[in-house]
Amino acid sequence: MSDERAIDESAVDGRVVDDLARDPFARLRQFTRARIGLGRTGDALPTKELLKFQAAASQARDAVHAALDVPALRKALAPRESIDVGSRATDRQTYLLRPDWGRELGNGETELDAERGDYDLVFVIADGLSARAAMHHSVAMLDACTARLKDWAIAPIVLATQARVGLGDAIAQRLGARMVAVLIGERPGLSVADSLGVYLTWSPQPGQADSLRNCISNIHADGLDYERAATLLAWLAQEARQRKLTGTALKPDLSSQAGISDEHSGRLEENT
Amino acid sequence: MAYTAAVGSTNYRFDDLRALMACASPRRSGDELAGLAAGSEEERVAARFALADLPLKTFLDRVMVPYEDDEVTRLIVDTHDAAAFATIAHLTVGEFRDWLLSYEADAAALTALAPGLTPEMVAAVSKLMRNADLIAVAAKCRVVTAFRSTIGLPGTLASRLQPNHPTDDPAGIAAAVLDGLFFGMGDAVIGINPAGDSLSDCITLLKLLDELRQRFDIPMQSCVLSHVTTSVQAIERGAPLDLVFQSVAGTEGANTGFGVNLSLLREAHDAVRSLKRGSVGQQAMYFETGQGSALSAGQHHGVDQQTLEVRAYAVARAFDPLLVNTVVGFIGPEYLYDAKQIIRAGLEDHCCGKLLGLPMGVDVCYTNHAEADQDDMDVLMHLLANAGVNFLIAVPGADDVMLNYQSLSFHDVLGLRHARGLRPAPEFERWLAQMGMLDSRGRLPPPQPGGAPLRRLLGAPTA
Repeated sequence: MSDERAIDESAVDGRVVDDLARDPFARLRQFTRARIGLGRTGDALPTKELLKFQAAASQARDAVHAALDVPALRKALAPRESIDVGSRATDRQTYLLRPDWGRELGNGETELDAERGDYDLVFVIADGLSARAAMHHSVAMLDACTARLKDWAIAPIVLATQARVGLGDAIAQRLGARMVAVLIGERPGLSVADSLGVYLTWSPQPGQADSLRNCISNIHADGLDYERAATLLAWLAQEARQRKLTGTALKPDLSSQAGISDEHSGRLEENT
Repeated sequence: MAYTAAVGSTNYRFDDLRALMACASPRRSGDELAGLAAGSEEERVAARFALADLPLKTFLDRVMVPYEDDEVTRLIVDTHDAAAFATIAHLTVGEFRDWLLSYEADAAALTALAPGLTPEMVAAVSKLMRNADLIAVAAKCRVVTAFRSTIGLPGTLASRLQPNHPTDDPAGIAAAVLDGLFFGMGDAVIGINPAGDSLSDCITLLKLLDELRQRFDIPMQSCVLSHVTTSVQAIERGAPLDLVFQSVAGTEGANTGFGVNLSLLREAHDAVRSLKRGSVGQQAMYFETGQGSALSAGQHHGVDQQTLEVRAYAVARAFDPLLVNTVVGFIGPEYLYDAKQIIRAGLEDHCCGKLLGLPMGVDVCYTNHAEADQDDMDVLMHLLANAGVNFLIAVPGADDVMLNYQSLSFHDVLGLRHARGLRPAPEFERWLAQMGMLDSRGRLPPPQPGGAPLRRLLGAPTA
């Protein structure tokens, strides 16, 4: 040992030694939600921790395969108008295997054409990789956003199934909206299975580069709350309308904008 | 030039080498997504018949990605060692498989051959190999590298301790590192994937790990897996940087998507070598790869994802790396749909990397939208231990709270070592013994409550 003090037992104070005897990791757990100090039976996880992991994994798996309850969402949104559309991927397996089809409209074109107009913005509620996230958070998030965009021409809300972020581009084009905000379920992790992301795109075109979008991620009960997320979205939308762009050029100083850490500034990854 | 083969009463035709290789590949979703895969199981086997008869020399005459368009192809062609290749120059791909599995192909022969192999030859032969062949051939390869620990020695299994944190909180990262040390993890590297890519955060984390290393006198190397340009800047600022990391892919276009090229990698390699921070060795580059990255970037040139993955190893090989690993199940089900495909890809990547002379490790992992779970990872880690994998990635409780995917846990890798009688890297094992963490049989038992190792490591203040 190069540092003799580190192994001098008398240098360790009594309280710390007591904690170490009871639960060596008690003091460290406050610093991370990583699964540290789980204990061991032989080399393996104790039964309780084994099952806790399986419970989290089961919620994530179920969230991936759950379906968007469109009638329930429509009811929750009433009296606001909504339009149902679906991507070219008609079932979950196809959706997972063909991300390109998840960006193409499979049905709902006629309904979109019927509502074509001159809109500043269209909100799309999409299942993405967690329909649960859309079910739990999208309506409240939408309310918080529209309350901040009172003078805006907002299109009827679109409910999209088997959808990737890119489907919003086709929807906005069809409706005649200059900007699209896609509220979409993010890939479930073990700590959160119902995290919502919002992707904002100015002048959306099919084949849109992801670098031309802005993303707000980690909207869920233990993550970013609706009010802060909506404040950020409204700021982005107003800037986008004024500067006629979204994407990396519009990168907000998140910490000063809404007290938001890097954790919520979002990576453009598997959902797009 | 077209290739043909008949199976049963059907004649199959493959328009060029790319089509032949793609159709011969075991089924996987990424090749189907790219529209390159065989249309039927019979067509797949027909492609393998045709591939088996192909002279290995073909791959020197006919490149799969144009030489003039792609610097990875130029690297492969320009650095090919014809003298090393001479011993097998007369073989077809099928005969090469037979030779690889023969007793004649021992560790020394395979090491001597490695510079004579191109990625395309290695990918081709792997397509004719069953999983057991991939394990058997990889197990014969010996690739040993060193920095402050020696990795890849027979009878050892090293680990990367991956203590990620969603906001790069130093105390949170230190907590996960300490947890891992109690399982004997970290002998390959303690490597953090940073949540952001800022230079100041990178330097903060490098200092944290270096202080930890020095405080406990651990024979380890650390790495913050920032972009290569960030690492070079950190070196210029005098940060205590052991290893330069970069994700690499098998085409120039896909590497451009990662923001790198061979010249940037050369510059970084020169910079990190000049530091000479190693003790038992000076190999200081760390690369990660994964099937599907080129297609994901739209830069696959009509080549199947497994061949492109092996081309990424040619990039890694040019920089004498300490560590290379495939992050096999990370990319998602559109490239590797289920556990069968992930397991196969993990064995392919490991074997092909080893044949090219790389110190291969594997991140045995999956995402929640793939058809796989922890039971499948158990299977793959045991297969890889049989195949002699140099190192495995381990995270607390198998749950990476920053990257949101599941890998192996500290428990898994320690249990695997004990089950197979494998040991940590020797320098690291001596440190574990000095810390009082090993029992009389060299195993690492659960720490005694209030015991000396716990007091030594956890009694000290963290970050």
